[in-house]
Amino acid sequence: MTNEVKVAAYMCKGCGLGERLDTKLLVDIAQSEGGVSICKSHDYLCSSDGIATIRDDIDNQGVTHVVIGACSRRSKTEAFNFSATDAGRVGAADEATKGVAVARANLREGVIWSQPDSDDARELTQDMANDYVRMACAEAKFMQQPVADPERGANKRILVVGGGISGITAALESAKAGYEVLLVEKTAHLGGWTKTFHRRLPAKEPYAHPHDNDIDELVNQIEVAANITVFLNATLTKTSGAPGQFSVDITTESGATVTENVGALVQASGFTRYDASQLPEFGYGKSPDVVDQIELEALAKSANGPNGEGGIARPSDGKMVESVVFVQCAGQRSDKPGHLPYCSGYCCNVSIKQAMYFKDQNPDIDTNVIYTDLRTPGNSEDFYRSAQLKGVVFTNGTVNKIEVNKIEVNKVGTEGDQLSVNFHDHILDQDAITHADLVVLATGQVPNSGVDIESKIPDANDRADNTAGQSAQVKVSVESILNLDYRQGRDLPHLKHGFSDSHFICFPYETRRTGIYTCGPVRRPMDIVQSIEDATGAAMKAIQAVEGAAMGRAAHPRSGDLSYPSFRKEGCTQCKRCTVECPFGAIDEDENHYPVFNESRCRRCGTCMGACPVRVISFENYSVDTVGQQIKAVDMPDEFDEKPRILILACENDAYPALDMAAHNRIEYNAFVRIIPVRCLGSVNLIWVTDAINAGFDGIMMMGCKKGEDYQCHFVSGSELAHERMSKINDTLSQLQLEPERVQTYEVEITDIERVPKLINDYAAKIDEIGMNPFKGF
Amino acid sequence: MSNIVATHETILVIGGGISGMTTALEAAECGKDVILIEKNPALGGRVSQLYKYFPKLCRPSCGQEINLRRIKANKRLRVLTMAEIENLTGEAGNYTATVKIHPRYVKENCTACGACARAVTAQIDDPHNYGMSKIGAAYLPNNMAYPQRYVIDPSIVGTEQGEKAKAACPVDAIDLDMQEQSMKIKCGAVVFATGWRPYDASRIEPYGYERYEDVITSVELERMMDPFGPSAGKLVRPSTGEEAKDIAFIQCAGSRDRNHLSHCSRICCMASLKQSTYLGEKYGDDEDAKATIYYIDIRTIDRFEDFERQVRQDKKVKFIKSKVASIVKHPDSGKPVLIGVDTHGYHRYENAHDLVVLAVGMQPSLDIASITHTTHGIALDSSGFIELDSANGGSANGDSENAAVNGVFGAGCASNPLDVNRSVQSATAAALRAIQVVNRVAASSSAARSQ
Repeated sequence: MTNEVKVAAYMCKGCGLGERLDTKLLVDIAQSEGGVSICKSHDYLCSSDGIATIRDDIDNQGVTHVVIGACSRRSKTEAFNFSATDAGRVGAADEATKGVAVARANLREGVIWSQPDSDDARELTQDMANDYVRMACAEAKFMQQPVADPERGANKRILVVGGGISGITAALESAKAGYEVLLVEKTAHLGGWTKTFHRRLPAKEPYAHPHDNDIDELVNQIEVAANITVFLNATLTKTSGAPGQFSVDITTESGATVTENVGALVQASGFTRYDASQLPEFGYGKSPDVVDQIELEALAKSANGPNGEGGIARPSDGKMVESVVFVQCAGQRSDKPGHLPYCSGYCCNVSIKQAMYFKDQNPDIDTNVIYTDLRTPGNSEDFYRSAQLKGVVFTNGTVNKIEVNKIEVNKVGTEGDQLSVNFHDHILDQDAITHADLVVLATGQVPNSGVDIESKIPDANDRADNTAGQSAQVKVSVESILNLDYRQGRDLPHLKHGFSDSHFICFPYETRRTGIYTCGPVRRPMDIVQSIEDATGAAMKAIQAVEGAAMGRAAHPRSGDLSYPSFRKEGCTQCKRCTVECPFGAIDEDENHYPVFNESRCRRCGTCMGACPVRVISFENYSVDTVGQQIKAVDMPDEFDEKPRILILACENDAYPALDMAAHNRIEYNAFVRIIPVRCLGSVNLIWVTDAINAGFDGIMMMGCKKGEDYQCHFVSGSELAHERMSKINDTLSQLQLEPERVQTYEVEITDIERVPKLINDYAAKIDEIGMNPFKGF
Repeated sequence: MSNIVATHETILVIGGGISGMTTALEAAECGKDVILIEKNPALGGRVSQLYKYFPKLCRPSCGQEINLRRIKANKRLRVLTMAEIENLTGEAGNYTATVKIHPRYVKENCTACGACARAVTAQIDDPHNYGMSKIGAAYLPNNMAYPQRYVIDPSIVGTEQGEKAKAACPVDAIDLDMQEQSMKIKCGAVVFATGWRPYDASRIEPYGYERYEDVITSVELERMMDPFGPSAGKLVRPSTGEEAKDIAFIQCAGSRDRNHLSHCSRICCMASLKQSTYLGEKYGDDEDAKATIYYIDIRTIDRFEDFERQVRQDKKVKFIKSKVASIVKHPDSGKPVLIGVDTHGYHRYENAHDLVVLAVGMQPSLDIASITHTTHGIALDSSGFIELDSANGGSANGDSENAAVNGVFGAGCASNPLDVNRSVQSATAAALRAIQVVNRVAASSSAARSQ
């Protein structure tokens, strides 16, 4: 392999570029200042003739880097992609086919479409184009076409944690696709909660009756599957490594530990039953006749044993139940301490199903479901309707209290409890009481998601001491599910209410630990049908993770990127910022506190690069230099030219597309800005800011995504970190006696098509007001 | 266009909305060959017409940008737009899809420079805005359009306007002689991600959607909020163009009703709660801004509950438990008046509002049964959604005896009324089901070769 760099630049004259710009000047600049070996202009560069010209130079002139002076990198992306690597093809990511690096100078959207088409504007428009050509040439020179990490792992086995319906499904579906599966279950049998259920909800039409519980058949499928290995009474005591090369210690109750290598994990650790003893107002614990839904399943299952359909008896005295009240949202949808703030979603359907247990056995049994909102989405509306036809009563009300009275001797001569359900009837708007033999509390699911590694926000010292998982407050001890040997903690970060769900609406499986996917009620409260769907999806992602890892490709959202962070150890000061700030927990530390990059865990956002104060972290195709040299390449007019320069570092996913779309709508903005797309604002290294100030830039705008609770950053914390880092730059600015306004951070959405140009123009006016950077020309 | 090479190991995904894009990408990023067909000129589907997503109130185009970048980078995935499925035959590992390609009249070498649009003065109803506004007959379908290529509406082909467009194109990308094509695609597995369409509101006669301009649907409100939409981002009364500040939302418009759709469409409660926040966005603390939500049950399950709680704290938003009986026009103000009974306490009401938004239900956008003639048929529920059934290669109920010979699956709203998050889950699961089929085909053909 030769490292010879040969850069060729191509200037397009199509789409009005030839008329609006002096293309010959651009060619001259690329050659004289950009130092490219070959520079050509073309009337219509994205045409087959234009592409053939470039292709010919690559094939016959030894061109290794290409600069395209044409439209935005978001336009004609496929046409100008000269990476020979087929992003999807196995084995293609090697030296022989690595293709060439491409830098795009955005002359169309970034210059002529965002500037007025007038003689007056011509000079400033040309200035912009000249700079973008200089910048692209500088970027190209410092880019390398990435080659997949040679240390990547290619283990394709899938490990599933949890043997309930979600875990069973993930295992079966992975195996059906031809993958070997290890299934780890902490109890002595497979089947989870589902195994304890009498019947389950229907999954297809007619949605009229409870469906037979077919969990035993699924367990049987696991047992006969040739490529599934089951570990019972077993937990994960250590998980280390990365996608394609995880090493997992599986320890059984007996204490024996085996170490297995796997490519990806699916966490299906399910839910813990809500502790109904926290609901004394509903008589739970005071009478055995107040049960939760899980206990009702057990009662129904034992009553309907192998000998046929029996009625359900009252636990307190064995009398056959003649009336039953279902209390919906028990301890749920409530702000009270100890209650669940969320809705578990499945409980309305389950109460309907359980009411049918009674009605199907004996239509004379009174069944009353007391609810505030009956939540039977989708086809379960039919199930609700079927229950009404079967005579189940639905009462719109809120239960306040359940009183338990001992009955000395009732009419059948037994001793039992009398339950009085006090509720507010919303329809009649009055309080009412109803009596029941049995009360079923529809309590919710509590996720079994392991240790909350973010249970407090640790300060920097804590983080350095690796105590992120510990809290100063006394906390209930929670067992870790994964026991990750990761610097950032033993389990997946929780999202809200203890669920390890993804934050993203459009990417629900994207956890913050690459190669580990969650499914089932650990992610979000859900029923069996939803768990099956969810587990199938999670299995898909796990399979994709092992296939991607084997090729050295990044996982979402930079899917297919072959670059990975490289790190110059001799310069490292062991400050640990990269290991702490990586949003994906990809970086561990060695015994000497040096970072240990787990390339396959990396999502290529560059947050580590942005964090590093000594700039020893880089990617082949994205580095301190690829951006820094662009900043330095801008031609800086002196202070008397009245041409300020404003640097914009724009998130490539939201702010940059918004600017593109503004250009497509010909919304104009100030000509003094020079825009560089960045992978994430989190990748912005402070050196770029100081370099820009030193180079004479008068202002710097940083445009990232929304931060905070509803963050929209696809790298989780990039925007947040950038805001935090830039708040610190104010001290530096004031030391230099520079105004804080010189560096500004903005939250920008992709739809801010009209707003972004306005932000730019307002900022340019502000710079005009405060005057030029006094460091200009030094 | 007809040089599509597909094999028995190719996965065909029908529908380029968020579900179809997801299924196609998840499979292609696993190394599978995928063909994605979309009937519209651009990908994005229904979600590209939404203003915001619940519960984060973030922008649909943000995730779309990521998906489009993934598509551009993946050579395993081929996209055909203006392509409509007409017929599907065969069985797992050996399907043949007949696909009709409508003429775009613009070739692939279009640079999206917009010269044709500037040359053409004829206008058509803008499909992206549900026809609430006009767009030039040479147009880019929307700001995020992929492929980034213009479309010439058939109405100007053969006219002077069409010739003007052609003459204006600097790169000769317009071909007015382009003809409709029919092509056959061989594939091993098929995923229908054909999405949903809003229930036809005019069929709910008492609500007068056709009679009253100020009665609109929830999807139309989404377009109204878009700065590039029909009212440039203003909430207006279509009848007068005045600002609409007092807005009523009618839940279950067409859903949970055996005269219309018997199912609950799942998304509409959250959609209306989300839309109630638009009032705050537009009018801030203006006390005249009011949202009234007429509902049967508010169905905000799991952590959507947090969102409901947040909305309930908003003084602008009022909830009335009632199925609205009818809407009449106020004789003086011309405003729509909602008539019904508040079931909480049984109070009769007659409430006038500026604008009424019908939270219309979801139904499958494609009559899947009419085009599917596969050996083993396809299992649809009575609403036309694709069931997860062994007849379709699924095994939701454990009965998998037919699973080996079937390879047609539903993804997203073709399978059930689902929100975006659940659609993507469903689409990801569908990708694996399709991969299982093509892996089986690959394994059996390599076994055959080695013999």
